[in-house]
Amino acid sequence: MRVCDDLDFGIAREWLAENPGRKACGYLPVYAPKEVILASGLLPVGIHGGGDRLEIIRGDAFYQSYICHLPRSVIELAQTGRLDFLSALLFPSTCDVIRNLSGMWKVMYPDVVVRYLDLPQVTGTETGGLFWEGEMRGLLRDLGAVSGRPAGEDDIRQAIRLCNSLRSMVRELYRVRRERPWAVPTEELYSLLRAAEVVPVETFLDKARAYLAAAEEQPGARKDKSRVIVAGAFCEQPPLGLIKTIERAGCYIVDDDFLLGNRFLMSDVPTDGDPVRQLTNALLHDTVRSPVLFEASQDGKRRLMKERVEAARADGIIFAAASFCDPALLDRPMLRAGAEADAIPCIAFQFSENTGQFQQFREQAGTFADSIKLWGDNE
Amino acid sequence: MTAPLKDRSMELQKQMIAAHYKRLEEAPNTGEPVVYTFVPGNLTELIRSFDALPLLPEINALQSGMRGKSGDYISVAEKAGHSEDVCTYVKCDIGMLKSGNISPIGTRLPKPDLLLLSYTGCYTFMKWFELLREEYHCPTVFLHIPYQGEGRIAPEHREYVVRQIRDDLIPALERITGRRYDEDRLKESLKLSASSEDDLVAVLESAKHRPSPIDAYFGAVYYVGPIFSAFRGTPEGSEYYGSLREEVEQRVALKLGPVTPEGPLDDQRYRLVVEGPPNWTSFRQFWKMFTDEQAVVVASTYTKVGGVYDDGFRHDAADPLGTMADYCGGCYTNLNLPGRIDMLVNYIRDYEADGFVINSVKSCNSFSAGQLLMLREVEKRTGLPGAFIESDLVDPRYFSAANIKNRLESYLQMLESRRSRARS
Ligand code: SF4
Ligand code: SF4
Repeated sequence: MRVCDDLDFGIAREWLAENPGRKACGYLPVYAPKEVILASGLLPVGIHGGGDRLEIIRGDAFYQSYICHLPRSVIELAQTGRLDFLSALLFPSTCDVIRNLSGMWKVMYPDVVVRYLDLPQVTGTETGGLFWEGEMRGLLRDLGAVSGRPAGEDDIRQAIRLCNSLRSMVRELYRVRRERPWAVPTEELYSLLRAAEVVPVETFLDKARAYLAAAEEQPGARKDKSRVIVAGAFCEQPPLGLIKTIERAGCYIVDDDFLLGNRFLMSDVPTDGDPVRQLTNALLHDTVRSPVLFEASQDGKRRLMKERVEAARADGIIFAAASFCDPALLDRPMLRAGAEADAIPCIAFQFSENTGQFQQFREQAGTFADSIKLWGDNE
Repeated sequence: MTAPLKDRSMELQKQMIAAHYKRLEEAPNTGEPVVYTFVPGNLTELIRSFDALPLLPEINALQSGMRGKSGDYISVAEKAGHSEDVCTYVKCDIGMLKSGNISPIGTRLPKPDLLLLSYTGCYTFMKWFELLREEYHCPTVFLHIPYQGEGRIAPEHREYVVRQIRDDLIPALERITGRRYDEDRLKESLKLSASSEDDLVAVLESAKHRPSPIDAYFGAVYYVGPIFSAFRGTPEGSEYYGSLREEVEQRVALKLGPVTPEGPLDDQRYRLVVEGPPNWTSFRQFWKMFTDEQAVVVASTYTKVGGVYDDGFRHDAADPLGTMADYCGGCYTNLNLPGRIDMLVNYIRDYEADGFVINSVKSCNSFSAGQLLMLREVEKRTGLPGAFIESDLVDPRYFSAANIKNRLESYLQMLESRRSRARS
């Protein structure tokens, strides 16, 4: 079984079993400071839902039909014992569903250390910075208590270095895919990055290097496909089948929001000075623009998709939001209006992580890809 | 004696609201600056101390719902590309804006001079004002209120909010209004707030009597109206709450129940606690389902969205910025799930309720996500069964009268049979 398909988190469990003193800390989407988890000696494990391979039996009893799918599959994973290896779980301030889930966890799993991570929405260093620095120091204290090994400054610096390597590898993978999407299909890239969420960072780096080398050797053949950005799936993840469907319908995905936390900080975090302060500054000033954080610029939402399209040299945008996902769906009219004002072709659809029928997406994406090509030819 | 007094507070409220909408309509001529903000974490005293007028889009949305206008507004917003799946307050507001921005009482609404994004207990607020900013191109101040993830307001979180008010919000208000921050004036207003809060708590706690002189959900949404919106800390607000308290105390003395749209409810068969916001599009019909069964609501969480006061919090004029931070952090939807569960359990005990009802609204993840667990936990801790009903705030498509009525009736029958079993 591929790592990204393993609902039992086998590799994480193996890592824990190697040494009885080891512990793991999970985090939900979108952004949690992995450095803090690593520096505390814990294994960070991304919990991104159960996808389309998990039958929901208990999870539905916790959620009304008008709430997205992700939390019910996360509850299902927990209720079936699949998350019992986590000593701590972090709930970032992505939306009110994840926020409330943090309280549910406190009620249901009192033995797990649960922390809600309120990302600062104020970017001034004196105000937002002090707040976030305090949050991270609190988290370091709490996770240090979990591992029994409170992090020192050097541990944090070491973790920053490791995460810088991780981020730089993710950037490199995205660069190669952007330049040669036929050599790095998103179906493969996504599987690799999904695995990265549940294995030790070093393991991922080895696999990713090998993958890039193989992609270099067997570059695949360029096809006549349209280059698209898939925007809006930053939390609940689309099933792999949907990604494949989009690609097979004639699109190269050249940018996306999948697993966005792995590149939430956009560049390397400096390792000199106070490491917590450096992590704070990175979050305040160097984050990817997403619905998770307030858009400070008046016309920022209008410009965002044009900027992304230019950076990825994309031909069009597929807005793919999880059903009932407030952050994605409330953002969409602003992003789409901006894109359309710049004559960027767009389509939009909604999915759920357990969507099983792809026919409708195939047709939509196929027609979209064709129309982009037609349009391009007419220019 | 009671009828004229009752009329007085309702009459006062009507006049206050009408006068406020009129003043808003005239703001472009009078030059009074307008600040849009949200009910949870509203800083009315501060806004008014700058002689600016608060406008609360949620209140417009709920009023539009009550006046049968929200369905059309929502469909205007959906036609403009807004998803069916998101909060209908936002869509109602956007639809109203796109339909000419006429208030629910027919006056024209002014553009904002400032969007004060008090980010308290609801993620959607952020998107709502990002969307409005696209329309109005006006300054926006983000006031980030940390969530009570650990069930309390941490001192450093309070300090974070104080800093934002002092360093970001007050300077922004000075810029847009052209006035200096006047702390003495703010303090005067905060004193009035505290006295209204005393009155409101007395009114809400009167429901501990039998019969309850108020309905603490359907009736109380009117009672919290002024304090949750533009009138906390104003002389009109104080007058309203003084007069409301007097009326309610009279009803207690006379052992009378509340006056509902269907008439007095003196003979009360069930005392219930309610969690979740009401449905506004069929508000009267919804209330009638309760009164038909002689069910009175003795406590509700919804009446705490704009501030929790029955835990002892009062605005404190001695520490104006700190008290505003405490106020914002303490609003109901800023409480974590265990805190909300505790509140329900305490209400059931303190108000000697026979049962509890959760009205889960499709619109609102802030309220709804987790309510099924709340149901189970409250049942477990109180030994009482709860009822779970589903509707929406202002989308008339999601009010299924027959379903809700059925569910409520069978729930009350179940309470009745438990009661008979207990007696025998
Ligand atoms: S999919 Fe959207 S609504 Fe659901 S938990 Fe994620 S961000 Fe929240
Ligand atoms: S999501 Fe809920 S709290 Fe937020 S604006 Fe909508 S109704 Fe209000």
